[in-house]
Amino acid sequence: MAEPLIELRGVTKRFPGMKALDGVDFRIEPAEILCLAGENGSGKSTLIKIVSGVYDFDEGTLLIDGVPVSGFSPRAAIAAGIQVIYQDFSLFPSLTVAENLAMGRLLSEGRRFIAPAECRRLGAEALARLDVTIDLDARVGELSTADRQIVAIARALMSETRLLIMDEPTTALTGREVDRLFALVREIQAKGIAVLFVSHKMREMLEISDRICVFRNGRKVEEGPTADFTEARITRAMTGQDLGHERYVWTGDAAAEPRLRVEGLSVGDAVRDVSLELRAGEIVGLSGLLGSGRTELALALFGMEPDHRGAIFLDGRALALTSVPEAVEAGIAYVPEDRLSEGLFMSQSIARNVVASAIDRATRGPFLSDEAVTTLAERTVDDMRIATTDVDKQVGKLSGGNQQRVIIGRWLLTGPRVLILNGPTVGVDVGSKAEIHRRIRDLAVTDGLAVLMISDDVPELLHNCNRILLMHRGAIVDDLDPRGLEEDDIHTRLKTLR
Amino acid sequence: MNHLAKLMRRSETAVFLIVLAIMIVIGLINPAFWQADNLFNLLRANVIIGIMALSVLIVMVSGGIDVSFPAFAAAAMYLTVLAMNAYGHEGVLLPFIGATLIGLLCGLANAFFIHTFRMIPLIVTLGSASVVRGLLLGLVGTSIVNIDRMPPALIAFGRSSLEIGGAKLSVMVFVYLGLAVLVWLLLTRTMTGRSIFAYGDDAESAKRVGFNTRRTVYVAYGLAGALAGFAGLLHASMIWLANPRDFVGYELDVIAAVVLGGASIFGGRGSVLGTLLGVFLLVLIKNSLIIMRIDNTWQGVVIGCVIVVATALTAWRDRKTLA
Amino acid sequence: MNKQFDLSRVINRDNNILQLILITVVIFAVMSWLEPTKFLRYYNFESISFIFPELGIVAIAMMLAMLTGGIDLSVIGIANLAGILAGVFFTKLLPGDPAAGMAGEIARVAAGVMLALGVGLVAGALNGLLITRAKITPILATLGTGQVFTGLCMVLTGGPAIVGFPAYWGLIGNGKLFGIAVPLLIFVAVAMVIAVLLTRTSFGLNLFLIGTNPRAAVFAGLKSDRMVLYSYMLSGTLAALAGIMLSGRTNAAKSDYGTSYLLQAVLICVLGGTNPAGGRGTVLGVSIAVIALMLLASGFQMMRFSNHLIDFIWGGFLLLVMVLNAFRNRA
Repeated sequence: MAEPLIELRGVTKRFPGMKALDGVDFRIEPAEILCLAGENGSGKSTLIKIVSGVYDFDEGTLLIDGVPVSGFSPRAAIAAGIQVIYQDFSLFPSLTVAENLAMGRLLSEGRRFIAPAECRRLGAEALARLDVTIDLDARVGELSTADRQIVAIARALMSETRLLIMDEPTTALTGREVDRLFALVREIQAKGIAVLFVSHKMREMLEISDRICVFRNGRKVEEGPTADFTEARITRAMTGQDLGHERYVWTGDAAAEPRLRVEGLSVGDAVRDVSLELRAGEIVGLSGLLGSGRTELALALFGMEPDHRGAIFLDGRALALTSVPEAVEAGIAYVPEDRLSEGLFMSQSIARNVVASAIDRATRGPFLSDEAVTTLAERTVDDMRIATTDVDKQVGKLSGGNQQRVIIGRWLLTGPRVLILNGPTVGVDVGSKAEIHRRIRDLAVTDGLAVLMISDDVPELLHNCNRILLMHRGAIVDDLDPRGLEEDDIHTRLKTLR
Repeated sequence: MNHLAKLMRRSETAVFLIVLAIMIVIGLINPAFWQADNLFNLLRANVIIGIMALSVLIVMVSGGIDVSFPAFAAAAMYLTVLAMNAYGHEGVLLPFIGATLIGLLCGLANAFFIHTFRMIPLIVTLGSASVVRGLLLGLVGTSIVNIDRMPPALIAFGRSSLEIGGAKLSVMVFVYLGLAVLVWLLLTRTMTGRSIFAYGDDAESAKRVGFNTRRTVYVAYGLAGALAGFAGLLHASMIWLANPRDFVGYELDVIAAVVLGGASIFGGRGSVLGTLLGVFLLVLIKNSLIIMRIDNTWQGVVIGCVIVVATALTAWRDRKTLA
Repeated sequence: MNKQFDLSRVINRDNNILQLILITVVIFAVMSWLEPTKFLRYYNFESISFIFPELGIVAIAMMLAMLTGGIDLSVIGIANLAGILAGVFFTKLLPGDPAAGMAGEIARVAAGVMLALGVGLVAGALNGLLITRAKITPILATLGTGQVFTGLCMVLTGGPAIVGFPAYWGLIGNGKLFGIAVPLLIFVAVAMVIAVLLTRTSFGLNLFLIGTNPRAAVFAGLKSDRMVLYSYMLSGTLAALAGIMLSGRTNAAKSDYGTSYLLQAVLICVLGGTNPAGGRGTVLGVSIAVIALMLLASGFQMMRFSNHLIDFIWGGFLLLVMVLNAFRNRA
């Protein structure tokens, strides 16, 4: 058998205070499609950066074609035929498609001048190789995300590429665009190029890959031919979670006035005529492929889509939600998808992050009371079991799980009646995840909070929700009772939606 | 049809149509506007602001902003004129090279601070403007070099003109247009030029793709300084005096012109053609205030309003295309 | 309830303050050593206490804009416009009436103060609305409005300075109360009010949060637009107050007074530990920075440095401080 294209032996990478990779053995064979699975923080991004020469490592060996290399750099990686397509594609919106494609080649040839005709020729060649047509003179900024991705792929394949690394390539694509991407990936493979596909979506891994490698907490925990995997097995490997827990049972009154009632809600083309009801104490799951409109639905309920149509009732009272403060005032809380950019005030203290949405509760007359801020923060830290002794510490110094608890705790101070969680445990370690789930269930049972939980994590939904809604192309297409359902039932259902 | 639609969407087209509309209106109010003399004067008034606008355009495309060019221009102009007088130099080529080099050095200093220490361009250029202006006025002098002490070669150069249809068109207009073509070639036809756009789009990605981003920053600010230095001396040769306190407040007019021409302060967007049109529009507005006998004290108010309206429209358009 | 003002706690939380105090002490020591006879005279400190408050208040106005990641390049325009409108009010609309007596004069000056502050409030509101409603970047919005305000000054005065302010108006700029310069008293009051506003009220906390992460502020349900609007209104009002003090001190108002204050205000903010990208800044830091720089300037003036060279030193100092901050952040 031929040598692996790339092999890591016992590679360890340390960052201050943590081991990002811990004695990892890993290989990529020529012309295979390998899926790298793992949650955020599992070490998969570190692995990509080592393979592409961005990071150095502390222990172990890196072999290319069976030959150990040292002092691996991005330049050396490109010379070895390794190309990475990052999530943001690294394209230039103000340059044309042709220029974006030709730039790498012209740069490596040390060109000083750039002729539009030559750019167009190089660009046309690159696109022809993939058998796609995109207007070469269009500015990349005017293209759709899917087209941009194709430009990025075409650019990566312009040199003598042997390994193409794609970091979460399907994140921003619709179902049909994912199909087109997969067809493209198979063509690339047919040209003898290996593809390392990084993802956390099980369906996609099973569909596209030859082999799957699962990472958790910096270690490789499972590896094998794709045929040996099921979605449940990947999830278990990724989360390390034992699913033996009791499922959530709702014991409320189905005849009571719903806490939240939505009638005929539409947001542009993203959400179409959605109606739903949430009762006190219910935890309702909401899933669907990306682009299904679930985030837009949540944002409309949080007052961030002022142009929505339809009616929203809270405890029977009609709400006109045209701004976030109105939604908060009404008792709707939203934990956003992207903790870092949408959730936290990184350089501010834990205390300030906690009280951000309930500053009024910390004011005494016209003044803000430091003492009240500290008391509220400390109570939240206890309540949410946030691992810190000092609420004046910067929130950026907490782990992902603790940061997420800060955001949930922040909302609890506003006395919410409806809690919307978008990806509540994305990038959260296993221990924190269980803790967050326990707390959410607690809130639903004891405080009668109505919870809408948006997630891709099917076990999470099955475990915590008493109902699961599936959305597709802006509409709710299923209202499932998780009792008696298994993970694969939901995956199968989701797959038919594509 | 598609081409027409594309053309209509470009901000250059909008600026051009506004220019045309204003010209027609002024022409109706005062037919003397269309006389060759007046039009040529109008073009002549574009030259200095225009060259400075090219300088600011380059910086804005790279995602920065520059408020130091008036100080650089003043320094390059004043030092060169003093040096010409001191050595009794008769030519103009060497002085212009000198002024350009002085501007270049100042611009490179901006680049050094911005690149090495990752400082905010606005604050760096505020600081460097103050440093250069302070040194010039504090150490070199504050007295104006008047027409009787200006080097004759410089005056002669500034006066050179072509006779077209009985009216005189300053040769400086061609110098300006020539520079515009050079900057256009640089921005669109060289790797360095494209790297300025790429850097303005996303500095991190530019690095990843393999651009030498340090070079990009140095070229952008260095070139901006060089253009400012050149414009400074050209200004002195056109008005026959060198005042070290000159160009105060030019940053407003010039940035206004560049923004009017469709460039974005966030980088990555802007064109030479748009900038030329923006400059022309600005000069036209100022000029028409005079023609319509509006007291020139109103100029500041009008220019300020133009900046505010133009940026508000740009922001509004950007939001619409996003939605 | 609250612990007493505890300097060591402030310093622990923000070692920038310590660095500032050190700089100030060093400047003080060097200047005393270079020019012991002139620098250490009471007169010198007294004249500093009349001049620095204007600049200090402009710097605080600038800091308010910087807290949310913006900048206010129109502060000088607002200050001059406020002074000039007050001047127009005193000379044209309501000239002094010798028969009115002291009470009438005081009422006239009070009306002028209200008018000037009102102008600042409206001008600041215009900035705030352009930034929050029209979504114009603060740099361009305030560059444009600054031009408009300065332009209006030109229109109102036609170029030369407006003179003829009432005597009581002059007291605001060069009077003494209990042997202390009135401008200094005003500055101390303003600094304390703004410090309390920023550290002890919900408004202040809102500004810090918005400046740290504007997107998260929206998701946390903060009324960002309104808070940013208020901050520019406050900034404009403070700028107008500085304009009152400037015209009071010089007994004149002109469209191009105090133009070098703009750079100095930015410098003072940065030196005082304000992050121009938003989210960080203290009144204490800005206050120490303005005093440090005023000591520096007065020292250089005594050594017969021209004003131009002092401009050079301001600019150089700004770059130097930014370099130091860059190194510190890297470490």
